Amino acid sequence: MASRSHDALLDPLFNNNPIALQVLGICSALAVTTKMDTALVMSAAVLGVLTASNFFVSVIRNQIPPSIRIIVQLTIIASLVIVADQLLKAYVYEISKQLSVFVGLIITNCILMGRAEAFAMQNPPVISIIDGLGNALGYSVILIFTAFFRELFGSGSLFGVQLLQTVSEGGWYTPNGLMVLSPGAFFIIGLFIWGLRSWKPDQVEAE
Amino acid sequence: MQRSVLYNFGFATAVCVVCAVVVSSAAVLLKARQDTNAALDKQRNVLVAAGLAKSDEKLSRGEIEARFAPVEPILIDLQTGETVTGADAASYDQHTASMNVSSSRPAPQNAALVQRLPNRALIYALAAESGETDLYVFPVEGKGLWGTLYGFLALDADLQTVRGITFYEHKETPGLGGEVDNPRWKALWAGRQAFDENGVPVISVIKGRAGTPEEDPHHVDGLSGATMTSRGVGTLVQFWLGENGFGPFLERLRAAHKEA
Repeated sequence: MASRSHDALLDPLFNNNPIALQVLGICSALAVTTKMDTALVMSAAVLGVLTASNFFVSVIRNQIPPSIRIIVQLTIIASLVIVADQLLKAYVYEISKQLSVFVGLIITNCILMGRAEAFAMQNPPVISIIDGLGNALGYSVILIFTAFFRELFGSGSLFGVQLLQTVSEGGWYTPNGLMVLSPGAFFIIGLFIWGLRSWKPDQVEAE
Repeated sequence: MQRSVLYNFGFATAVCVVCAVVVSSAAVLLKARQDTNAALDKQRNVLVAAGLAKSDEKLSRGEIEARFAPVEPILIDLQTGETVTGADAASYDQHTASMNVSSSRPAPQNAALVQRLPNRALIYALAAESGETDLYVFPVEGKGLWGTLYGFLALDADLQTVRGITFYEHKETPGLGGEVDNPRWKALWAGRQAFDENGVPVISVIKGRAGTPEEDPHHVDGLSGATMTSRGVGTLVQFWLGENGFGPFLERLRAAHKEA
């Protein structure tokens, strides 16, 4: 059991990363990674929602009628997302304004439905929570990795603190415009996946 | 395991009821806090447009309220330009009013793509220490590239010189159109002339660099890589200072100035 929860927590980080290996949740990974703080808050929101949704789905997994299980999972996820969105608006208003619709779109994030259906429906609550945590952290790793490079090279700053003085501010650094646009995130995630698969060749799909 | 249809219905209802209770309690319990946040954010942006706060300055609730205290909200009738008295200006929500059929009208076709005009608009006046009005802050909105930009434009008491501009809500691309938030770009607006000699709003955002406010009073530098946003901002400022926007109000004030 100990090793199983260990695996449930750590596997999704690099061995079975939801973005890098399963290529789920890409949409929001492109949208909220222009800045570190939005990426962090988005990660926290997904962490909260995914952990809670895995827990609730797992608690009632034996009662959920199989014929309506998907819509029940979706109802739980959607409710949690709305609550998360409301909390962000109440406590971190500035950042919630920047995240705008993307918090709401956690509902359609395939990672959540994927974990509810693939894991929480078959496993008891505690291990489901750990699985939720693990997958959310796997998602966060990519978000933060991507945001680090996008903010540094796109705006010359990290967490809004200017590190490379940009030309428009009278410095020397010409920001890389590609980094602030969504395609920039594709390149970074692509490079991440490349690096990850070179390190762990068993993740490469058979041709 | 196959369950009965009745069980499925019962289960679905139970899930819905529980979820509905959770969602609505969250919404109700957090509403007050969210409203305060939104109101403070708006006040903060009025202060930024008026030059009473820097756009990247972190302000506590108390500081915002203290700085906002001398700012007087004024409700005006947009079409006639008259000041509306007897209504509670501070609690007026212009955004909601422009969505409501009974408190707004369809806007005439315009380049800023404003769809509806509220009957009443909420502007702000700031008095100088002498007691005379120092500046006016006007709410402005209009389409950029991806969506509507909402912001404030501050004019000096001469109703001619721009004091500042800020946008508190927009969907422009970060780093490109999103640079409307850049304090350096916003600072370029200060001191420019909004109107020509005939009182026609002519200030616009041009491609490339504009001169200093003295040499080139009617132009503001364009945002590189953001033609649509730049054009949108210029158009929306002209729209709101024009006859369909605050034109009638400005006319009235100018006439009153002349008499005095």
